[in-house]
Amino acid sequence: MIPSSPATRWALVLLVALAAAPVLSALADQTFYVFLLTRMMILALAAVSLNLILGYGNMPSFGHAGFLGIGAYTVGILSVRAAETQGGWLVSAALQLPLATLTAAIAAIMIGAVSLRTRGVYFIMITLAFGQMLFSLGVAMEPYGGDDGMTLPLYTTLGPGDLASGPVLYYLVLGLLVLALAGSHRLMQSPFGAVIRGAKSNESRLAALGVPVYRYRLAAFALAGAVCGLAGALLANQGGYVSPALAAWTHSAELVVIVLLGGAGTLFGPLFGALAVIGIEEILSRYTEHWRIIFGPLLILVVLANRGGLSGLFRVRNNG
Amino acid sequence: MIVLGLATLAFWISGPPPQNGGVRIGFVTTLTTGTGVIGADMRDAFELALDHMGRTMGGLAVWISYEDDAVDPNIGRQATERLVQRDDVNFVSGFIWSNVLLASYQAATDNDVFLIGANAGPSQLAGEACDRNFFSTSWQNDQTTMAMGKVLNDQVSNVYLMAPNYAAGRNMIAGLERTFQGQIVDKTLTQFPDQLDFAAELANIRAAAPESVWVFYPGNFGTQFFQQYSQAGLLGEIPLYSTFSIDALNLPQIGELVEGTQMTQSWSPDMDNPANQKFVADFRAKYGRYPSFYAAQAYDAAMLIRSAVEAVDGDLGDLDGLRQALARADFDSVRGSFLFGENHFPIQDFFLREVVRDSDGVFTTRIVDVVYSDHVDPYAKDCTMQQ
Amino acid sequence: MTLVLEQALNGIQLGVLLFLLAAGLTLVFGIMNFVNLAHGSLYMIGAYFAATFIPWSGSFIVGALLALAAAAAVGMALEVLIFRRLYHRDHMDQVLATFGLILFFNELVFMVWGPAGMSIAVPSWLAGQVTIIPGVPYPAYRLAVLLAGLAAAAFLHVLVSRTRTGMRIRAGASDRQMAEALGVDIRLLFTGIAGLGAALAALAGLLAAPLRSVHAGMGEDILVLAFVVVVIGGIGSIRGAFVAALGVGLIDTVGRAFLPRALDAIFSDPIADAVAPALSTTLIYLTMVVVLAIRPRGLFPSPGV
Repeated sequence: MIPSSPATRWALVLLVALAAAPVLSALADQTFYVFLLTRMMILALAAVSLNLILGYGNMPSFGHAGFLGIGAYTVGILSVRAAETQGGWLVSAALQLPLATLTAAIAAIMIGAVSLRTRGVYFIMITLAFGQMLFSLGVAMEPYGGDDGMTLPLYTTLGPGDLASGPVLYYLVLGLLVLALAGSHRLMQSPFGAVIRGAKSNESRLAALGVPVYRYRLAAFALAGAVCGLAGALLANQGGYVSPALAAWTHSAELVVIVLLGGAGTLFGPLFGALAVIGIEEILSRYTEHWRIIFGPLLILVVLANRGGLSGLFRVRNNG
Repeated sequence: MIVLGLATLAFWISGPPPQNGGVRIGFVTTLTTGTGVIGADMRDAFELALDHMGRTMGGLAVWISYEDDAVDPNIGRQATERLVQRDDVNFVSGFIWSNVLLASYQAATDNDVFLIGANAGPSQLAGEACDRNFFSTSWQNDQTTMAMGKVLNDQVSNVYLMAPNYAAGRNMIAGLERTFQGQIVDKTLTQFPDQLDFAAELANIRAAAPESVWVFYPGNFGTQFFQQYSQAGLLGEIPLYSTFSIDALNLPQIGELVEGTQMTQSWSPDMDNPANQKFVADFRAKYGRYPSFYAAQAYDAAMLIRSAVEAVDGDLGDLDGLRQALARADFDSVRGSFLFGENHFPIQDFFLREVVRDSDGVFTTRIVDVVYSDHVDPYAKDCTMQQ
Repeated sequence: MTLVLEQALNGIQLGVLLFLLAAGLTLVFGIMNFVNLAHGSLYMIGAYFAATFIPWSGSFIVGALLALAAAAAVGMALEVLIFRRLYHRDHMDQVLATFGLILFFNELVFMVWGPAGMSIAVPSWLAGQVTIIPGVPYPAYRLAVLLAGLAAAAFLHVLVSRTRTGMRIRAGASDRQMAEALGVDIRLLFTGIAGLGAALAALAGLLAAPLRSVHAGMGEDILVLAFVVVVIGGIGSIRGAFVAALGVGLIDTVGRAFLPRALDAIFSDPIADAVAPALSTTLIYLTMVVVLAIRPRGLFPSPGV
């Protein structure tokens, strides 16, 4: 089923620790960590979606944060409408989360249809361009704050409670993250996943076998966009704020770094990557605001030291 | 891996320094990226203020933490959360950018932590979203250009406007349009923040031949704009006005280009009240340069906080007392007298300033005239604050 | 009419600057198959070096030459220390490593040169205006930048197609092992190319500096545009980079100059106000998408240079 490797064991330990974290936090009266870890897990979720196409499928998308923006603004717009019309149903999770996912999926299909005709750096630039266009779209939306962004008038409701940053949101995100990881594993073990992974190295052979590689890739791209849209909806609730900056290419680059650092094309890579990036940022920034001067070379060292990012570190230790 | 695990655990259980009854303040500003120079200036001013008060307020020691927002609303929000939730601060101040402030303020104000904005002045916080725990020692975005509009009315009949296309830029133009009655030849909004080259727009300006030009280009953008304006030969050809584009931070680089140009502002280094004279003199002595208006606002924020802490005799648990003391603003501001409106934004004078050399030949600005006395921002009437 | 000509001149000047930046990028990518995100950092470092050496030497030309040499040295050092270990690795690994470099350099300039950034004054002998279009005084400095860029383009062309070194470059690009077998010292060649690319980026940086300011992160501002140019022109093609750069420069400038006016005529004021600036930026991206839709590998896809 799930491979029993050191990476997996550590990942499971990590997930258990995450499940226990809010309780520990409450005991130590440190609610900040719930806030921080929620954000980390949402980014991990987005990274899982990016890993599907970048990691397994060698489709390096530099506009993936655009889907975060789409998901976030879906929540934002519905929230504003709900506040204006007193329509509570507009902010229910049952409506917002699927709608955010669906909207992102549709956008992903459209963007993917054009972009997937290119490869390599060309694909990077086209996806980056689309991401920036989504950013510009957000900026142009004056009624929703334009580039200033806006605070959410109403949070997404889930049953009796709502997703204002706290334990409810935390466990929802954790649950979705676990589902996404499980789903990602299943998908990549399936025939569909085999095509995606095969197309990474042997596209012509697959095409010769009559496999419509383009369609498979488009499906994967749409799925990745959809899950990222969901992450965006969650992010809007976590920060209580939506702004076009969510869709900027620098944010896409951060997601790419998370996936690559954690180990592209590995199951738990996105989780390790998110933990590493958020964790290092948090720890180092206590000592100096110039922490990036350490983080930058750290990235370089990780790349130079081994293939496969942080997940690769586990593998190396296992073998050596 | 074991090492990593232990490190994570250590990080987890290591909290903030133990609470020992002092005043805890958080300051969120921009310390990295190209605009980090503004944050550095504000931090320098806040530090000077703390030095001036012997690093105590009302007998309590002051603990201060400066956080970087990297011009990113997400990071600013996280920093504010960290300060409020983990570091248990009593006050948060700083905030250069409107979008960062809007994303972050509720993390403080919703948790009974007072937020003293020291630069950003979005209309939402002055109007409908005004919050009883939010105070501003700066201004509201529209005001300074409303004053400029009035100045232009007296001096020219038409003007060409140029500003970057983001919320603050549009606010500035909106403010100017409120009061300017002459003809606006054209209104150009340039792409923010990507656009660095204004050749196309400058050529359009020359072709339009307006009587005057007004711009808003803060920080780096100001330096870039004025250099290119001079390059295009427009300097001295068409009278140039600006707001928030020329400050003590870029004057060393562009002073010669902009000598004699005029701007409106609510503070100037040559204001002659004792608090300001001390502030400017000590700032120059300690840091070797003139303070910018960002610095002046940060200094005032520190002094405002102290006045509140002293008013409650150091009883930081008395939130109502603190709030009332903050609203009273009973401190010696570098602007002279200081008064908050109902919406916790200052009611203040606005001046016409121009760029000159001081007696040492260093470029600075000086007040030419008073444009508005005791000006109330236009959004105050939208504020219905629950006290 | 003169306004159109003047804007066209502006567009070409911007294009030439973009070309200098894109040329280095496309060279390194085309020949060494290496994605260098830190190219913008070399642009920035070049500007910072120039801002230091020009006042120190008292001469714009001398300071500029020193800056170019220093930047080339940095480029070569990067190649030896980092790039060459990553040639055989996935592009994404190169992306991650060079991204780390960006972070490093942005903080480095802060710590070495301070937060306030720097500026370079236009040399006094170029500070005036020149009337090449009747009735339009055009900034002499911008004209100088235009000419300098064209000269650099000509130099590159000659270097690559007419000299021995150029021949080796082209050989190394199309078949590395064969070139090595024929006695070309590939390692030295690659280091040299990295240095050349860095010098070109630095040249763009120091030429642009008197017009803009020198600050941390200035490279990333223009890096995306440089990549757009490289992609439109075709990776590895200097000629493609030249055509694409001029095209992008013209589209951007003319778009910004006349689009708002045009929109004003068609739409009502508030809509035009909101849409115009956004449209000007997306115009470049749309151009790229259109070009790639028709020619998925750029205008002049070439195996070599």
